[in-house]
Amino acid sequence: MKRIALASVLALGVAAQAMAVDLTVYTAVEAEDLTRYAEAFNEDHPDITINWVRDSTGVITAKLLAERNNPQADVIWGLAATSLLLMKAEDMLEPYAPAGVEYLDPKFVDSSTPPAWTGMDAWVAAICYNTVEGEANGVPAPTSWADLTDPVYAGHIIMPNPNSSGTGFLDVSSWLQIFGEDGGWEFMDGLHANISRYTHSGSAPCKLAAAGETTVGVSFAFRGAKSKAAGAPIEIIVPTEGVGWDMEATAIVAGTANLEAAQTLVDWTVTRKANELYNQGYAVVAYPGVAQPVEYFPEGLVDAMIDNDFEFAANNRGAILAEWASRYDGKSDPK
Amino acid sequence: MRGPLVKPKLGRDDWAQRSFMLVIGLYLIVALALPLYVMLSKAFTIYHFDLRQYEVQVSDESGNFGETLTLSSHNMRPSPSVVEDLSTNTNGRLGIAQFFPDFSFRSPVNYRFRGVTPSAVYLIGSERNSGPDWVELDSNTFRRVVLRPVSERGLTNFKTYFSTPALFQSVQNSLLIAVIVTVITVSLAFWFAYALARSKMHLKGVFRMVAMMPILVPSLLPGIALLYLFSPRQGMLKALMFGHDINGPIGIVIGSVFFTFPHAMIIISTALSISDARLFEASESLKASRWRTFWTVTIPGARYGLFSAAFVVFNLVITDFGLPKVIGGNFNMLAVDIYKQVIGQQNFEMGAVVSIVLLVPALLAFGIDRRMQKKQVALLTSRSVVFEPKPNKPMDWFFFGYASFVAIFIVGIIAVCQFAALIKQWPYNLSLSLKNYDFSRMDGGGWGSYTNSLLLAILTAIIGTVVVFLGAYMVEKTKGFEKGRAIFQGLAMLPMAIPGMVLGIAYIFYFNNPSNPLNFIYGTMIILVVSTVTHFYTVSHLTAVTALKQMDTEFESVSQSLKQPFYKLFWRVTVPVSLPAILNISIYLFVNAMTTVSAVVFLYSTDTALASVAVLNMNDAGDIAPAAAMGMMIFYTNAGARILHALLSKGILARSNAWRKSG
Repeated sequence: MKRIALASVLALGVAAQAMAVDLTVYTAVEAEDLTRYAEAFNEDHPDITINWVRDSTGVITAKLLAERNNPQADVIWGLAATSLLLMKAEDMLEPYAPAGVEYLDPKFVDSSTPPAWTGMDAWVAAICYNTVEGEANGVPAPTSWADLTDPVYAGHIIMPNPNSSGTGFLDVSSWLQIFGEDGGWEFMDGLHANISRYTHSGSAPCKLAAAGETTVGVSFAFRGAKSKAAGAPIEIIVPTEGVGWDMEATAIVAGTANLEAAQTLVDWTVTRKANELYNQGYAVVAYPGVAQPVEYFPEGLVDAMIDNDFEFAANNRGAILAEWASRYDGKSDPK
Repeated sequence: MRGPLVKPKLGRDDWAQRSFMLVIGLYLIVALALPLYVMLSKAFTIYHFDLRQYEVQVSDESGNFGETLTLSSHNMRPSPSVVEDLSTNTNGRLGIAQFFPDFSFRSPVNYRFRGVTPSAVYLIGSERNSGPDWVELDSNTFRRVVLRPVSERGLTNFKTYFSTPALFQSVQNSLLIAVIVTVITVSLAFWFAYALARSKMHLKGVFRMVAMMPILVPSLLPGIALLYLFSPRQGMLKALMFGHDINGPIGIVIGSVFFTFPHAMIIISTALSISDARLFEASESLKASRWRTFWTVTIPGARYGLFSAAFVVFNLVITDFGLPKVIGGNFNMLAVDIYKQVIGQQNFEMGAVVSIVLLVPALLAFGIDRRMQKKQVALLTSRSVVFEPKPNKPMDWFFFGYASFVAIFIVGIIAVCQFAALIKQWPYNLSLSLKNYDFSRMDGGGWGSYTNSLLLAILTAIIGTVVVFLGAYMVEKTKGFEKGRAIFQGLAMLPMAIPGMVLGIAYIFYFNNPSNPLNFIYGTMIILVVSTVTHFYTVSHLTAVTALKQMDTEFESVSQSLKQPFYKLFWRVTVPVSLPAILNISIYLFVNAMTTVSAVVFLYSTDTALASVAVLNMNDAGDIAPAAAMGMMIFYTNAGARILHALLSKGILARSNAWRKSG
């Protein structure tokens, strides 16, 4: 009896929700943004439920790659383009040109036709400088990357280890593009002499600067703005040579059973409305003309973004990381 | 001349016991051995670029194409070869323009390119191509062509590992730290457990509670607390560091001692709590000094527990990545290398190599463990009398002072975490606030993740205790079947040597395989429970075995000669006598399920997000105060569970263990 009752309840439920679809969406976006994104999307598409799986960029990337033979995600919404390029090269993404993709800034859209992924917002490198510590230790605020090789900064700089952190790699690959291959390594040799410690997380250097544990933290602007908003005595500095950047991007996972719903979602992620949402946390978004200045973000950030060659970064990542490790990781603790 | 071997006939009991052992053995094989096999075998997957699989035609400036040559012959033509070493890793990409000495991206020369076989994969920019169709490219596009490697089986990953100083250095670092921490923790824990079991000092109940505190918090919290206390610029007590940096080996050692202390305590306590008062009486009546009694009665009796504790601490330290990641500075350790390889570079193969290197010390320890076991004699015989310490004023006060010292260290660290959870912006705005407890904006589903953690902890405690204790019982009390028991024992020790991260990834590879009949548990609460029980199997198993070892086999002989089936003895004698151990196992599994991160971070899904993972993610996102706040929520939950557990066990023990008193 009980079982029959249960079965009929289930049947009713299924009938009532015949139109409803559940999408499993993998993301590395900050948790507090996710609720906003899902709510805004459901205003337009109440029939699609988003089931988020959120973790750090590294964990989500590793999870997606480990699951590649039996993907669990339908859509990736908010993961570093560098990670998506990795998956594109493995044929793990379903190419799709979302409706309205032509309105986006082309540098935010994958170069293939149809594109494998579309960008949401940029995630820009910056220096977090603690003014209180700077004054106490007589360390001036840097204005350029090259400044950081000055001996006055010895022991006052923390940056992420590119072998553990995507932000760290973003920095290294941008220096190689700004200064050229030889000049880039020469710059890093000088920088290494002043580094007090490499961290495993990309946001840690700015957190440490905000907490006064270091004077200079090489990190990214978003994190700096957050710490500044929380009341930390830091300045977010945009070095004059230009800054590296990566973007958060969206893609459909190849092999999804809910392709139609996935496309509906991805169509929505490139809309003006979605970009206005991204703009609440990020100063640079894919849809031109949408971005309003974000509080605490430094001025001139957009102009300082280098013409980042993602292909160069992706195709040389292995070699760059190996070179970095042999130069700096092996002797990072000589004691 | 030897006669034919006499084999005892197996009775019904033996068969029942063996099939039980088989079932639990099967659990270990499915939940541990097979996933690990899938993961660790990746260590032998190697990659290289196969240049013979690609063919190129080059045109002259007016567009007439010349002969077809493989890339391999292009590589040989300028001698020595352009690229000597073609081995690479899973992420390897090889630009091909370098094989053409006259290459210029501005030249009007065109190229035709193809893979000879369908498995010859290459990228044009980021676009994947493969197969034998010719692709015509201008020079500027041709420079964007990179090759992808092919895989085969081999040992070169190990060669790469041992020839990369940055990686190899970690072996030495890890061993050094693990040995230092083991010596400190086991000594501290032994005297603490000794004070609890063998003295009449005051406040024993309080000390027992405090000693277990570190196990109640996520391992990240001591890292946060140590940074607040000792970080070189802003630490509250930075003067105590005398200019040394807490970020590095010093921080790892202090933090590791903190979080391994309860693990060692629980095992040594079990070993000390069951002891035969008659031995002490005999020693006393022989006029042996306390010192002599200590070395001839106490230590030999606790030897197995001491060794187990050392084994556990050593492996906990060597496999933990959370603490060195937060407070290790630039000090490389093996578990952190796995993190760098797997999470930082998605190089699962090298991650597997480091995991195998990590297994070596654990296997050595296992070998010693087997030898030790053979020498262990049952301490609690059927005629045993439970030891009751006698008051001894100076000694009792000495131990009280010692225990207080340890307790202050532990409580101090936890108190700093609570402080961290309440202040607004360390160190510039120290005003207190409760906003960090607003978990509605928390990572992973607010209070939902907290409820999930609670459910996981309860399920893990119940299912885990049954599985572990039955397994330990079967392996200890089954007669004969040596090989089966040895394999089981080996499997039971293995989880200790496996970093949770490796177990988590192994579970993805194994359980997310559509052809696996157990595929349906992927993404559910079940896989979280299975992974957690498996991850914490070893200590639970050791606790059970230590308790069971101290029971005389005479119990079995008597019961057999009375023709009682084994399960009657099991229910009526073994379980009641081992009740303290059983209760310890269940609370151990509960609190660890609440705090664990490393394995489950890869396995949770939308509906099964966990509080402990939220702590990690909030800390990573820079929200240290909310992370500490959630961490303290876990702590209070665990503390509540422990108090409940203590009351429960007091009630049960009073009834079922009355015999201990009546001696």
